[in-house]
Amino acid sequence: MIMVDNRIESNPTSSGVHPLKFSLWLIIISIIMMFAAFTSAYIVRREEGNWLEFELPTILLINTVIIVLSSVTMQWAYVSAKKDNLSSIKLGLILTSVLGAAFLIGQWNGWAELVQNNIYFGGSTSNPSGSFLYVLTGVHGFHLITGLVFVLITLVSSLKYKVHSKNLLRIQLCTVYWHFLGGLWLYLYIFLRINH
Amino acid sequence: MSSTDISIHPDVHHAHEEHDHHHDQNFLEKYIFSQDHKVIAKQFLFAGIFWAFVGGFLSILFRLQLGWPEATFTFLEPILGGWIENGKLNPEFYLAMVTMHGTIMVFFVLTAGLSGTFANFLIPLQIGARDMASGFMNMLSFWVFFLSSVVMFMSLFLDTGPAGGGWTVYPPLSALPQAIQGSGTGMTMWLISMALFIVSQLLAGVNYITTIINLRTKGMSMTKLPLTVWALFFTAILGLLSFPVLFSAALLLIFDRSFGTSFYLSDIYIAGEALTNTGGSPILFQHLFWFLGHPEVYIVILPAFGLVSEVIATNSRKPIFGYRAMIGSMIGIAILSFVVWAHHMFVTGMNPFLGSVFMFLTLIIAVPSAVKVFNWIATLWRGNIRFSTGMLFAIGFVSLFISGGLTGIILGNSALDIQLHDTYFVVAHFHLVMGAAAFFGMFCGVYHWFPKMFGRMMDEKLGSVHFWMTFISVYLVFMPMHYIGIAGFPRRYYNWTGFETFNIFTDMNTFISLAAIIGFSAQFIFLFNFIYSIFKGRRATQNPWHANTLEWTTPVLPGHGNWPGEIPTVYRWPYDYSKPGASEDFIPQNVPFSQTQSSNLPSERDLE
Repeated sequence: MIMVDNRIESNPTSSGVHPLKFSLWLIIISIIMMFAAFTSAYIVRREEGNWLEFELPTILLINTVIIVLSSVTMQWAYVSAKKDNLSSIKLGLILTSVLGAAFLIGQWNGWAELVQNNIYFGGSTSNPSGSFLYVLTGVHGFHLITGLVFVLITLVSSLKYKVHSKNLLRIQLCTVYWHFLGGLWLYLYIFLRINH
Repeated sequence: MSSTDISIHPDVHHAHEEHDHHHDQNFLEKYIFSQDHKVIAKQFLFAGIFWAFVGGFLSILFRLQLGWPEATFTFLEPILGGWIENGKLNPEFYLAMVTMHGTIMVFFVLTAGLSGTFANFLIPLQIGARDMASGFMNMLSFWVFFLSSVVMFMSLFLDTGPAGGGWTVYPPLSALPQAIQGSGTGMTMWLISMALFIVSQLLAGVNYITTIINLRTKGMSMTKLPLTVWALFFTAILGLLSFPVLFSAALLLIFDRSFGTSFYLSDIYIAGEALTNTGGSPILFQHLFWFLGHPEVYIVILPAFGLVSEVIATNSRKPIFGYRAMIGSMIGIAILSFVVWAHHMFVTGMNPFLGSVFMFLTLIIAVPSAVKVFNWIATLWRGNIRFSTGMLFAIGFVSLFISGGLTGIILGNSALDIQLHDTYFVVAHFHLVMGAAAFFGMFCGVYHWFPKMFGRMMDEKLGSVHFWMTFISVYLVFMPMHYIGIAGFPRRYYNWTGFETFNIFTDMNTFISLAAIIGFSAQFIFLFNFIYSIFKGRRATQNPWHANTLEWTTPVLPGHGNWPGEIPTVYRWPYDYSKPGASEDFIPQNVPFSQTQSSNLPSERDLE
């Protein structure tokens, strides 16, 4: 996503949307399909019985708050970019990446909590109900790492004064992706709350 | 090479573009790590042809076993080595070959080879774009596919053999190395390869859709798009929605195999020993797999629909019959393809009521399919048909699609499926309707667009020999399979001579194998013709088929950026063939109505 061929015509495209932004939405759709598969598999599997019920790690709620906050700071950075408020772009992006990293650490602690409660990913004592939780959080975490890398790239280019109101594309893409990841986690958290 | 930062202001793009045209590329940039969609298309084509021969060769090997079950195959020892034991084919290797044949043909040839080639080649040329939306992602897509090919190819040479659990890799068989050798390293490599393959398909699909939506030339509204582009558009959407689901399924299978989870495994005894896995469900895998698997067959056949529609209209010198109905039926097929997956699972013990729902939805697919067939035949009807090789394959496609589609109506019935499930009737059905038919679509495309790809023509005489041998042997192979299938002859059996019921089919099986060998040898005629024509073929003119679409307005061998000057503007739909009053029997899309006053319809007068 970082590299783009310069043969893209600079005149308005036939849909009026920048091709990269369009591509990002398509990538988001494919990620949604992946999680749709996981969560529907979860429901189907749960209906069949032999399903170990356990308490969700309490830290997940804190993580949810953290990631919602990170979306707020991301949006703040984006709005600042539109207003050419260069110092708040940087601050917003730094806060976002710190909160993103905090979320990841929090998820890791969530896993530790699960292990303490004898809920394992694999092995003879594991049950799909636990394994599914690891898969959902793990695959989401993987995507969050890619999002974090994207935020850091945007941060670096903002330090080089390349993010401003006439050059919004990168931070726009970054904001869309980050909000998506936050929304995805909200969905997963609510899904897990309901189906637990 | 020409990669820039996305944040660069549009003005800078222009400066770079100028620079780009004067920049001489070295060999690596031009032919290997090229970002030019035409080169990437050829890379996919060559890879697809290579895989097709590997996949075809495997099928000949197991047809030998099926056709001559009592024979000794010592002569195969130089190729198969340890897989021939005392002149007999190793049964587990037989299963591995069937698995690899399916995987290779469905994914590597008819998905990557077919849409990889033609989506890359035709989308920018037919919509009037300089290249794909992101040449870099496009290049990445090919090289990830290449990596996935290497992994899959290497797995063929493992000591324990490649994956052996069928191309559908149902657990528990595919999850337990204790069960079959092929579920060991071979299966691990299969999963790695398929994961890479999915990444490649997603990169490609995102690019195709973005390009079609965003980079159409001036005047090219969606309803002026050639049907090829429409078909490739739906193919990409199907891939984008279904491949991630296969990825999820494969990921869970990887966890089951390597991390001791129990998503698909439960209460299994193997060799008298109980496994510790509890709580898994193998049916879950089938649901996830077929949620991809069914759209996948349309990912295979939709590009063929598009290519065939284009070739039939061009070579009948008639507008395509029912352009909008063609698009509508493709939308219908695409939507329905997501709600019929459980018809592959009628005999898994699913709720009979659910079975009838899926049966009902499955049978509805016959409607849009029939619309398409009707339209192709109506286009041919009283046309000025030119039997070029591409056209022969297009007509052959329609024939195979009808014959294969009819048995789909039979198999779609959940009650009939109880008898026919997992018999050769199923094999015959899908080989005709999606296997051979998609291959015919691919051949049709290769023969028709060869002049645009390589600037030379393929030999028509060899082409028609290739067509007739292939066409006849396809029917000779798959028609008899219906009969043995109705008799209950099961698929995937290595040896059937021990069963009284199936002994009587020995001659039939020998016959099928002979026909398959003839059909496979005919492909070498194609290979020769293809390679020979690249270097020595008759030189093509700019528009050898007198076709209307934009790719034929480019120079004989289009360079980087496709059109040397400005991109042509589009004024009309792509099917103005034999328009009454026109001076020629075709009017290319870039001819304005003001130049064709003699043939304009009353409704087109305003556009002059």
